[in-house]
This record gives sequence, structure tokens and C-alpha cells, in this order.
Amino acid sequence: MMRQLAPQVLLASPHAAAIGMEVVSIDPAEAVLKVRFRPDLVGDPDTGVIAGGVVTALLDHTCGQSVMAALERYQAIATLDLRIDYMRPAGPGLDILCRAHCYKLTRSVAFVRAQAYDVDPADPVATAQAAFMLDANSGMNTAQSAMQALGQGPAVAP
Amino acid sequence: MTGSVDLNARLAEILERIPYARYLGVRAELAGDEMTAILPFSQHLIGNPTLPAIHGGVIGAFMEMTAVAQLSVSQVSGSSGLLRQPRTIDVTIEYLRSGRPQATFARAAIKRAGRRIANVQVEAWQDTRSAPIAALHGHFLIAPRDEG
Repeated sequence: MMRQLAPQVLLASPHAAAIGMEVVSIDPAEAVLKVRFRPDLVGDPDTGVIAGGVVTALLDHTCGQSVMAALERYQAIATLDLRIDYMRPAGPGLDILCRAHCYKLTRSVAFVRAQAYDVDPADPVATAQAAFMLDANSGMNTAQSAMQALGQGPAVAP
Repeated sequence: MTGSVDLNARLAEILERIPYARYLGVRAELAGDEMTAILPFSQHLIGNPTLPAIHGGVIGAFMEMTAVAQLSVSQVSGSSGLLRQPRTIDVTIEYLRSGRPQATFARAAIKRAGRRIANVQVEAWQDTRSAPIAALHGHFLIAPRDEG
């Protein structure tokens, strides 16, 4: 069910749509997404390479999608942390793909590893490790609703 | 030595030259050598429309850009002169609160800048600086143009 929902969930995220994210494939606990090269997404005009920030957004979003693909039912999720290692610049003018695998689910936390690449998945541009809080909204009903009342809601992303 | 007015112009030029910074709408202001980066709210930054909340990736990208801009400004104001745009080696992003649909601010602190590697910490906030929405800790390659 989550697999069928994924494209809609993706389109429902204005930023994902704005930078042109596309779903390549969704499998159980695994997602592959793509951002096509666009001149306005370049980070260093001297090299014409897509910005590191675009790779950050793509990694974050793909990690979240892989968690969705691992869940039995829809839950709101929130990124707790995201660690990214940039191995090399992407090739100038190339699309960026990202494969994320949610390798462990506990009752309240999902753990994800991801690789971003331009041509060969074995030669990544960047790798990431992320943790997500599950059922982020149910937490909001209790302790965090009080925080929200103070204008300090939990971080819910993507 | 470069004056503060020149530094402000240089900073605007650095951000203007990065297409992705223009796309997000990132601006920056300098008070002495301390820079505050500003991300005005815009609908295309939303990640979760039901809350609504700014996309976590956008907040991460914004903080990364803040670190790069602060490093560029520090390099310009330092004795080493103009160098290549700093390259990100790694970042760890912690999400503390949801980014509400309003302006976000960020400041970077250079914890150490060696000859090639800089260690930078960034915090992003909205209403209250003491209640940050996210933090970034990263390493950046600041090798001069003639190196690698």
C-alpha cells in the first residue's frame, strides 16, 4: 500500500516537486529517487555541478521514503539526524540518484542508510546515515502538544 | 585590508553566484565578521504541507550554505586572500524542531580552520535564537586554488 502511495506522497511535498524529484522505484524498505540536472540547482558556477544542498534534500527525502516503504501502515515520521559524507563532486550536468534502505525498524525509531550517485551506485557522490522518529504525530498528542502550544513543535521532515 | 562594506558586497556576490542559493532565496547580513544568513519563507520550501513544515533537506542545505558563506567571508577578510569555494567533506544535521512557514536564520561558528580543513558548527532558528530548529556540524575542505 505504501508503495502505491509513494508517488502521491512525493508530489504532495512542494519542495520535492519544486526541485523535480522523481520516484525511480519503491520496494519494501527501499526507495530510489532522482533529481534531474537543472541549471538553477547548480552549487558551484565554476564547475556546473549540482549543489550539495540538493543532494542533502534528496538524501533526506529518499531516506524518509524508504521508511514509509518499510512501514505497514501510514505514520508521520520526523528526521532526528542525518549524517552525510561527500565522497566526490558529481559530474557536471549530471542527474543525481539516491538509493535508501531502511535496515532497522524499532517501535519508535527507523534507521536508514543511503547512497547518492550520478552514474554508478558503486561509486557514490555521497553516503548518508539517518534516524527517524516514528509516529511523530502521536507524540504530539501528549508531551509535544504542550511544546507546540509554546510554539515549539517537533521537527517533522520531509 | 578589505573594509566591512566591501565584505558585505563580497558576501552578496558569493551568494549571487550560487544558482541554488538564488533558487532557495538565501540572503546574508554581516555585523563585523559575524554573518547571519536569512532564508525568507517561500511556498516551494515546504516539505510537509499538512503541518506545514519547511523541508528538512532545505534546512540542511541552508545551514551548509551558511557554513560555506562564513568560511568564504573569513577567507576574504583573512590574510590568505581569495580562495576557491570551500568544499563540504561531511555534515551531521540534527533536527530539533519543525521549521514553521516563516523566515529562518542561521549563524556559523568556525571552531577551527587549519590549512586545509575547517571544522564548523551552525545553528538555525526562527523566532528565538535560544530555541534552534536545527544544528549542523561539518568539515570543509578549504585548500587554496592551486591545491587539489
